[in-house]
Amino acid sequence: MSSIKVKKGGFLTTVQDLGRIGYQKFGMPVAGVMDNFSYRVANFLVGNDEGEAVLEATLLGPELEFDCNMTFAVTGANMKPTLNGKEISMWESYKVTKGDILSLGVITSGLRAYIAFGGSIEVPLLNNSKSTYLKTGIGGFKGRKLMNDDELEIKVSDKTVSGKYLDSKYIPEFKRKGNVRVVLGPQDDYFTEEGINTLFSTEGYKITKEADRMGYRLDGKTIKHIEKADIISDGALFGSVQVPANGLPIILMADRQTAGGYTKIATVISTDLPMLAQMGEGCELVFEKVTLEEAHKLYSEYEQKLSEINEQIANSQRVIEAPVEKAEFVNIGPVRKMNIVINGVNYVVDVQEVQ
Amino acid sequence: MYDKIKYLSAGDKAVVMEFGNEISKDINAKIRNVVKSVEEAKVDGIVELLPTYRSLMIMYDPLKIEYSELISTLDFMSSKQVDNEEEKIKIVEFPTVYGGEYGPDINFVAEHNNITVDEVIKIHTGTDYLVYMMGFTPGFTYLGGMSDKIVTPRLASPRTKIPAGSVGIAGAQTGMYPSETPGGWQLIGRTPLKLYDSDKEPPVMLSAGDYVRYVSVSEEEYLEIKKQVEEGTYVVKEIISEGGDLRE
Repeated sequence: MSSIKVKKGGFLTTVQDLGRIGYQKFGMPVAGVMDNFSYRVANFLVGNDEGEAVLEATLLGPELEFDCNMTFAVTGANMKPTLNGKEISMWESYKVTKGDILSLGVITSGLRAYIAFGGSIEVPLLNNSKSTYLKTGIGGFKGRKLMNDDELEIKVSDKTVSGKYLDSKYIPEFKRKGNVRVVLGPQDDYFTEEGINTLFSTEGYKITKEADRMGYRLDGKTIKHIEKADIISDGALFGSVQVPANGLPIILMADRQTAGGYTKIATVISTDLPMLAQMGEGCELVFEKVTLEEAHKLYSEYEQKLSEINEQIANSQRVIEAPVEKAEFVNIGPVRKMNIVINGVNYVVDVQEVQ
Repeated sequence: MYDKIKYLSAGDKAVVMEFGNEISKDINAKIRNVVKSVEEAKVDGIVELLPTYRSLMIMYDPLKIEYSELISTLDFMSSKQVDNEEEKIKIVEFPTVYGGEYGPDINFVAEHNNITVDEVIKIHTGTDYLVYMMGFTPGFTYLGGMSDKIVTPRLASPRTKIPAGSVGIAGAQTGMYPSETPGGWQLIGRTPLKLYDSDKEPPVMLSAGDYVRYVSVSEEEYLEIKKQVEEGTYVVKEIISEGGDLRE
């Protein structure tokens, strides 16, 4: 077993995967990654199954020291990653050896970065998932965020996949202002027509400081209910836009509880959740209404795009141009450039025949 | 119960079947029947079912099942007549030590209702409680059926730490805390049983539709059962009944 030493835990770094599916009926929240897109791409880049657990780093990333050969990729929010002090690219996989140090800084755009390792993070499965659920302190690494001096066990994959990159045309741009598309319901009939129009007003809403993995409280115009703001508790979703009696919406996120007793005016469509997950305090949203048919079409296109990306990444190969150190020989032959593939990585090498 | 099930839109990957707008045993039973039919049919594209008091949320994969097909499938399954007489009920006994350090608010509950502590215990153990749904935290049960003789408001200021297994009252509800959490319920006792055990599959002792029966035990019995639970030797007492054993 190999391990990674957590030299610095960062602000909030947790182990996450697709979350706990099928256990909500027992009251178990789903948890899981906030940004499904960056997460899946991170796994593609290191050749993992797309549901493999990764590290989700929020705001300020961790500093990690590797104790053996492995591969990794960083996607999502740009945290200016460096490898042994040298800046490296986001959305690209790299190979490391013992003693190498990966360091992530503070966000320059977006909010959450994803670090995938070629192989699997060895934390116990809880209800078929490695996701950390912070509120009750279960799952993931000891039910909590990573802290300085933690050791993360990694089962390194047999295949070494590195030098893979995401084509720049697919790299999302994380903005601090954006439209969030929703489908009305399930309780839109608890609101006045004016209330529904308010939700879609172009003035939009601002994410308050009360925004975390459980939900985002928004500030803006208050939305009017016809009468009641409370319902008999029913199921809650990642993306449910609930409006309590004060009229200010709260968007429920990955760590939401399974059920809630507030009216839910609308639901954010799944393709817009990754972008929303990359927005935090102070970001501004304008809600936009789409029909269910449109939402399904967008979802199908989203999955289609991810398949394309998977293929593009598999076919990509960064050619690493190593610094050339010329040896001094007498009686040496002409220089030839050669492509050499070692462990799947393509190297351009100057070759000279020594006489 | 509505004459016709309402289908409520819940984004592009879920739909809510709403059966009524009240907390009732009939609606809850209807939901359990639909859950059972849908689970047994193993419909391709249905990812997860989340039953609550009076509705059922269905999570689905729109790439595997068309929305219209999903609705007609659900409509068909919920129209199936289920023979209720065949439905047996499960009553699960929860040994509980009342009062003292385990139930520090039991005196308040007694005073608030102008009865004695013994009467509180007698009333609380005298009814079987239907598990309407689970939620809030892993293994937390929403129970129905508590006597109005022991209704007590929540604490004005919630406690920051409540031990797992605590049994409490909040307004007209009673319930148990499956894990250590903050909370504002009036605590009347504690059970040594584990409501949520991640090492088990399923990880919970109860499901919606089961009944909870509290049985008063002494502190010594509580400690003994707790030990057995930790060693894995305790056998939970369950009564499978056609209804005759139910205390209502």
